[in-house]
Amino acid sequence: MQNKKTVLDILGPVMVGPSSSHTAGALRLGLLAGRIFGSGLKNVEFHLYNSFAKTGKGHGTQNALIAGLLGLNTDDEKIKSSPLLAMERGLEYNFSYFDDYNRHPNSVDFIMSDKNGLKITVKGSSIGAGEVVIEEINGYSFNLRGDYPTLLLMYKDTPGMIYRVANLIQSRSINIASMICDRAQKGAGASMGICLDSSLSDEVYEQIEKIEDIYMIRLIGKLNE
Amino acid sequence: MSDTFFELKEKAEKEGLLNVITKREELNNKDFRKKVCKIANSMLETIQTGLISNELSLSGLCGFNTELLKNASVTPLVTPYIKKVMLFALATIEQNARMGKIAACPTAGSSGIVPAVLAAAKEEFNKTFDDFVNSLIVAGEAGRIISLKMQLAGAVGGCQAECGAASAMAAMGLGYMLNADIDTIYNAAALCIKNILGLTCDPVAGLVEVPCVKRNIFLSCHAVTSFYIAQSGIKSCIPLDETIDAMKETGLLMSPKLKESSEAGLALTKTGIGIKNNLYKLWHESAEKS
Repeated sequence: MQNKKTVLDILGPVMVGPSSSHTAGALRLGLLAGRIFGSGLKNVEFHLYNSFAKTGKGHGTQNALIAGLLGLNTDDEKIKSSPLLAMERGLEYNFSYFDDYNRHPNSVDFIMSDKNGLKITVKGSSIGAGEVVIEEINGYSFNLRGDYPTLLLMYKDTPGMIYRVANLIQSRSINIASMICDRAQKGAGASMGICLDSSLSDEVYEQIEKIEDIYMIRLIGKLNE
Repeated sequence: MSDTFFELKEKAEKEGLLNVITKREELNNKDFRKKVCKIANSMLETIQTGLISNELSLSGLCGFNTELLKNASVTPLVTPYIKKVMLFALATIEQNARMGKIAACPTAGSSGIVPAVLAAAKEEFNKTFDDFVNSLIVAGEAGRIISLKMQLAGAVGGCQAECGAASAMAAMGLGYMLNADIDTIYNAAALCIKNILGLTCDPVAGLVEVPCVKRNIFLSCHAVTSFYIAQSGIKSCIPLDETIDAMKETGLLMSPKLKESSEAGLALTKTGIGIKNNLYKLWHESAEKS
């Protein structure tokens, strides 16, 4: 993480305690996972690893993960009662706990599904001071930190796809900050994560959505401090 | 940019400490003061909420201490100000442990120290909300400069980098609020840092409770002591910037076992292990049921 440069990096954020990594970070992971899934989330299997698994209960990690999926912010005092909110909204969930030292000490998998059989698995870690990273979505590598508006695409690997998407984005003078691509194998499924300096207009989003062979598209907004 | 305390002082002597900081911050953030005010308000609210709650933390290890301290009478052992500092620190950090709302300062585990020292001074020295905000900005600047040298996280620098840094921030903020000159303020912070070097982060069961909760009380008082000594004219032999260098080096030399991993120190005492085992057993049983 880069050095803190402003006084506001030191004072605050205002957050629900007790831990920036195990509470605020867990919530931010939940927020990102929820946005990646989109609407209609019905069931979540949480896999908690290492320190998240062992000390999560004492840090409210489970409640924070649920709260994030429900869209609460890190300073919302309802985090504590998020299981109740989940019940009200008909969200079912289950937690399992694992030791896996190949994973970051504070890691979680979200295995999310809706009632129509859509299933998305998101893997992420809370890397300190509330900072988080989504490392994998449905087996594809990502590096999503919530620090830029990010366009996520899953598509059938076809020549020229990256060009077509980038072209549409840059036709509106939006700068691409960084990009991460991955694929299962040539001609099979592939993924793209594009961090943008500013958010996309609805128009461009719809144009990209119409490109043949793209089967999932999400625009993930920047997370608040 | 003033990236060292030395550079900050050079500018502050010409333009005034608060001015230098505010001017720079407003370049990137027009609403800088408004945002600090919001954080300041939130800190005062947390103290008030914490003072009247006796709800236990999730582990049950704390949450009941604020009430005990509140009921302790002021004797010649402490001044009314010191009593208030201790109480405000505890009220805030117990609020943190029971999943209440706090403002990280610089971290959640050290969030009691700066608000306690400054909010108690606001009340006991009849200062205004604006004075409180100004001193908070100075404290924040101290944290910013420290963080340019070392990341403020227990996993990197041990508790030095959390409660230790918070204590130095509070000492500077207090000095500013009480109109001390910049040399006195710097001496207060340097004396403060010199006496937190090597402070480990060895929390029992990995929770932000033992020893963090009570440490917030101690390091709040430490900030006040540092300022009181500096105000008398006693100087730190080692300049402030160099004490930060020493803190960074000490942090690097400390074993990772003593930096937030709960693999040594208090966490591995017989009682510490016992508490951990009991909690893990309890949590896993309740996890299986739910």
